[in-house]
Amino acid sequence: MDATILGAAVINGLLLGGSYALVAVGLTLIYGVLHIINFAHGSLLMLAMYGAYYLLVKAHIDPYAAIPLMVVAMFAAGYVLYRGLIGRFSHGKDENILLITLGLSIVLENVALFFFKGDSQTITVSYSDRMVALGPALVPLPKLVSFAASLVLCAALAWFIARTETGRAIRAVAKERQGARLVGIDVEKIFAVSYGIGIACLGAAACLLIPSFYVSPSVGNLFVIVAFTIVVLGGMGSFAGALVGALIIGLTESLSGLFLGEALGQIGISLIFILILLFRPTGIFNK
Amino acid sequence: MNWKIPAALLAAALAYPFIFRSNFAINFGVLVLFYALIGQAWNIAGGYAGQLSFGHAVFFGTGAYCSTILQLKLGWNPWPGLAAAAGAGALVGALIAALSFRFGLRGSYFALITLAFAEVFRILTNAVEFTGGGLGLLIPLKRGAANFQFAERIGFYYAILALAALSIGIAIWLKRSRFGAQLAAIRENEDAARALGIDTYREKVKVMALSGALCALGGSFYAQYYLYIDPTVVFGLDKSAEMLLVAMIGGTGTVYGPLIGSLLLTLVGEVTRANTEAQGLSLIIYGSLLILIIGFLPNGLVELFKLRWRRKARA
Repeated sequence: MDATILGAAVINGLLLGGSYALVAVGLTLIYGVLHIINFAHGSLLMLAMYGAYYLLVKAHIDPYAAIPLMVVAMFAAGYVLYRGLIGRFSHGKDENILLITLGLSIVLENVALFFFKGDSQTITVSYSDRMVALGPALVPLPKLVSFAASLVLCAALAWFIARTETGRAIRAVAKERQGARLVGIDVEKIFAVSYGIGIACLGAAACLLIPSFYVSPSVGNLFVIVAFTIVVLGGMGSFAGALVGALIIGLTESLSGLFLGEALGQIGISLIFILILLFRPTGIFNK
Repeated sequence: MNWKIPAALLAAALAYPFIFRSNFAINFGVLVLFYALIGQAWNIAGGYAGQLSFGHAVFFGTGAYCSTILQLKLGWNPWPGLAAAAGAGALVGALIAALSFRFGLRGSYFALITLAFAEVFRILTNAVEFTGGGLGLLIPLKRGAANFQFAERIGFYYAILALAALSIGIAIWLKRSRFGAQLAAIRENEDAARALGIDTYREKVKVMALSGALCALGGSFYAQYYLYIDPTVVFGLDKSAEMLLVAMIGGTGTVYGPLIGSLLLTLVGEVTRANTEAQGLSLIIYGSLLILIIGFLPNGLVELFKLRWRRKARA
């Protein structure tokens, strides 16, 4: 095996992992606080990507400039979804939330199919095709930007959770629901806020992914199993874990694609997922 | 036990093709019974035993590929192939269950691992040579009941009727048997069930094998009806979701829930297909129904019938 090919695969894998981290951080927050699996995560990402796409095509707003707007919009969407639908309809049962978010993802994906049709759309911005030499690999600039942004996003979330008043309340609810309620925290509101923040991350992720990716109604499915794998791998609710998990998964996908070929290479992620669920369901970093 | 309902349903189902003779009507009947079968298969694990699965397509695809490969590569007749498919489905069900339950996976975690297994099977069949890879497998046309390729659709109708009736018969038996009672105990409170002396691990493996076998029968039937299978269709998340939707919307843990769910969903599917060009409209309705059912009618549509009966009984 040629060292340059291997090196390039490693670099591409890490960059891929950066993209995955963008999607997984929000999921790990929701998972860590609410202890639920948000099956609609992929389809909400898809929705955000269409948002970023139409902001560029119709309003000529550059995806990177649209980040604040999309973050706010997706936070509002997540908050309202939790308050109006998920929290109300689930009767407090985890499995119901899983089923509701499955229903939600089916609806969102097919509503998107209805309005946007099935073809995938890509955008062109001045920097989409710019390549940067990085050791043995030539990588697209947008991928490098999204990798850096994933680090920033993880750090920002960790800071928010550790240092702000809302963050303290979120941690309290995540650790001990009843206790948090007893000291006067509005637990339902914190759930909705956490869900909103988790979905807001998708707003940023969508803007960062779209310059180097495509969008189609089913694009979210690409990320669903991957993001779950990362979250379980990294340990629920851990941002650093999600980042490391994402890099491991990105590397796995890139290297197993290299050694096993395109078709069989995808199996690596599902196998890791099964093994981690069986042997370390609390994640590799938890004792 | 009231035998009037199953007897009346069976009589109606037997008579249906003589009343509605068009190809469209027969095909509609086949679809209703087909989804009732795989919905019931899901229901036996997900409803009766409370083991939520997001990856039941793994059994469906196993059945479809098992009978098809036996036919194409080893020259088997598809009828014994159907039986072999059930065996393979049971085996895969037992293996996945043994692995997952040995390591104590429950609830949402179990749902996720079934999804992952379905993915592994999909990717494997997509990648290896003898399953035809991504192109899928085509069963050559050889019309005749002996080849499980009926010249008339009505033959398929009665074949799937027999399979669906078998699944409903099993569901009725579960309501009356010790095994079914043990499953209900596991669903309601697994720790309490174990404290009562139920070997919860063994019962859960058994029910997954049973569910897997029924689901594989559906997969094998699907292959014979359409004479074509590919990895995405038979192992994809869409198939898993279809079974779950049929059972959840009709009513989980009930005998007739999957049949009611299948009737409604097939009706919605056919009506939207006939009246609009838009893709995915039926799925929008299915997904919304799932959310509404969980929110307002957690026991499914079958509850509406029960309420009416009770009201009648009181009056």
